[in-house]
Amino acid sequence: MKKLTFTSVFSQLLLLLFVIAWIVPTFGLFISSLRDKDVLAISGWWTSFTTTEVNEIYRTKGKEGQIKEGDYYFIKSNLFDENQVKEIYRFGITSKNIDEYEVGETALFKDETEITVFENGDYVWKSKEEFKKKKGKRIFVSAKSPPSFTLDNYKEVLLKEGLGQAFLNTFAVALPATLIPLIICSYFAYALTWMKFYGRDLLLATIIASLVVPLQMCLIPVLTIYNDFGALFGVSAKSYPGIWMAHTGFGLASTTFLLWNFLKTLPSEMIEAARVDGATHYDTFIKIVVPLSIPSFASIFILQFLWVWNDLLVGLVFLDKHPSEIILTAKLKELLGSRGENWEILTTGAFVSMTVPLFIFFSLQRYFIRGLVAGSVKG
Amino acid sequence: MSIFSLAITVLVGVLFFVLFFHLSNFLLDYFRVKTSKNFAFENSIRVIIFIAPAFIVLFVFIIYPVFETIRLSFYDKVGENFVGLFNYTWAINDPDFRRSIINNLGWLIVVPTLSTFFGLVIANLADRIWWGSIAKSIIFMPMAISFVGAGVIWKFMYDYRGPGDQQIGLLNAIAVALGFEPQAWLTIPLWNNLFLMAIMIWIQTGLALVIFSAALRSIPNETLDAARIDGASELKIFWSIIIPYLEQTILVIWTIITILVLKVFDIIYAMTNGQWQTEVLANLMYDWMFRGGGDSGRGSVLAFCILIGVIPILGWNLYRHKQEQKV
Repeated sequence: MKKLTFTSVFSQLLLLLFVIAWIVPTFGLFISSLRDKDVLAISGWWTSFTTTEVNEIYRTKGKEGQIKEGDYYFIKSNLFDENQVKEIYRFGITSKNIDEYEVGETALFKDETEITVFENGDYVWKSKEEFKKKKGKRIFVSAKSPPSFTLDNYKEVLLKEGLGQAFLNTFAVALPATLIPLIICSYFAYALTWMKFYGRDLLLATIIASLVVPLQMCLIPVLTIYNDFGALFGVSAKSYPGIWMAHTGFGLASTTFLLWNFLKTLPSEMIEAARVDGATHYDTFIKIVVPLSIPSFASIFILQFLWVWNDLLVGLVFLDKHPSEIILTAKLKELLGSRGENWEILTTGAFVSMTVPLFIFFSLQRYFIRGLVAGSVKG
Repeated sequence: MSIFSLAITVLVGVLFFVLFFHLSNFLLDYFRVKTSKNFAFENSIRVIIFIAPAFIVLFVFIIYPVFETIRLSFYDKVGENFVGLFNYTWAINDPDFRRSIINNLGWLIVVPTLSTFFGLVIANLADRIWWGSIAKSIIFMPMAISFVGAGVIWKFMYDYRGPGDQQIGLLNAIAVALGFEPQAWLTIPLWNNLFLMAIMIWIQTGLALVIFSAALRSIPNETLDAARIDGASELKIFWSIIIPYLEQTILVIWTIITILVLKVFDIIYAMTNGQWQTEVLANLMYDWMFRGGGDSGRGSVLAFCILIGVIPILGWNLYRHKQEQKV
């Protein structure tokens, strides 16, 4: 290791600062998706690693639960739901003084009934007269709750909120929308690199111009074509094949360009030798070019797949919003509108939508970076 | 739809294209053997088979729509009656449009600058530190996730609760801990734009970082060592050697992020939908595409404005391509 100098310590600290600033937002989301939804709504995710102190309100049971023992009537029960793990350390009976009593002490209500609350939430409510009210009394507790994590939010989101279906839909959009351009463009790029024909340079220039054309320029006319097509054949204008072709169209320029960039680095002697030996262009393509291009196919596949998976705009315009077609990003946006305050749904939903990209990122990072760099520096 | 029917649809869709190429080439070979060997004719058929699908897609989804959108910008909302420059004069007088132009300019200045700057600084730091590659991975990670996902992540960071309540958004928790009033960040005009831009910077710094990292490796070590031996400080080396060396790369990254920023839609749509003066062109365009049954004239004008923004870059790319072809 190098010796510690002021500069190196300073650079390490600075880099650490960047790393923390970059990781914390995602980390917070992930932790939140694993927390109980009631706790999530009232405390920051950073408190979830330590035992936290929370102030909560519970209600005792009403008259149904009472039993008579001797001269007194009792209601004995527990304040918490079954699976809550909390430790009460103080409690109160009025909102003005919510931590008036220690656990185990007895509090006196105005109606001269007495209540004792214990650490684990058990309470004993004692009265001389018979309990008459259906509704119980409010009890304020200060409790310690140890760190606890749960997968309940994931169950809820995948099964009840329809994100599971949206997940499948996104796959059904993304796989063909990645493979189709890859197939079409590999032939196209081969032709642009190794075949001689009139207008080749113009076509290449068109591809380079199309690289930067904003998607927005194409939406209205393409949507009109789809609507006319749908009306003509009596089918829905919004369909899976429709969005595959839209993504193919919008990703065509970059896919072709990246492949062309790669193909022109192959030695031309090899291709020419094959041609001289009587191989057709098709044979040359399938038997020589494709096997050599596998690594660059992988890079382009990842780039296009992530692009389609993460896309919102094309999915909104070319697919319906009903459950059998909605994609993850559109679903997430819908939840942001309808469940804006239900952070357990939002954080979990966002994390579900990120699982596939993150998996690809961590397992195939090398190809991902190679594709990005090839697409930029070479251009 | 069930997994099964989705899988079948996907398979049929992909197979269609595989079979198209396979069968058409097979047929061509078959007839070539039978008929006399006319190479020129055979070759031109082959070229058509190789190019046609991609060209048709390119024409239908890019070339034709670009010209059609320009045409539509001179027509009324259903695209039937010529209205001259009406849509353009409407846009100039529309407060939302003006707001979008100002905001887009803000985005164009802030996001590419800061992303490039952070990317460059981090790439330099990370290259000299043993845990640098882990750091790079972490900072690069947001590149993999969607803008909407990033939107949720940051909306959670910016979450606001009333002054008395426990803050669950980290930013407000920090503000309160430092003794400030909690703020509803996304609703404070002008400032909220910066909070939205922060999301884009958070994502795009990773892109700049990996490209710079690759470029830094191409700087010859001899140059750097020579400078160090001559007693240049690291900061001096950074400004006088690395920056000039990376000039071209900086420009490339700048243009990539600029194009992306011009089209920024998802973040605005998911976070504020243009409320509180955060409107941008792409979101306004989407809005007009569907508002009141859709207004293709106004939508087209807005799309055209985005295109105008990228035209300088388009020209520059074509110029560079020509230069490269000459070599």
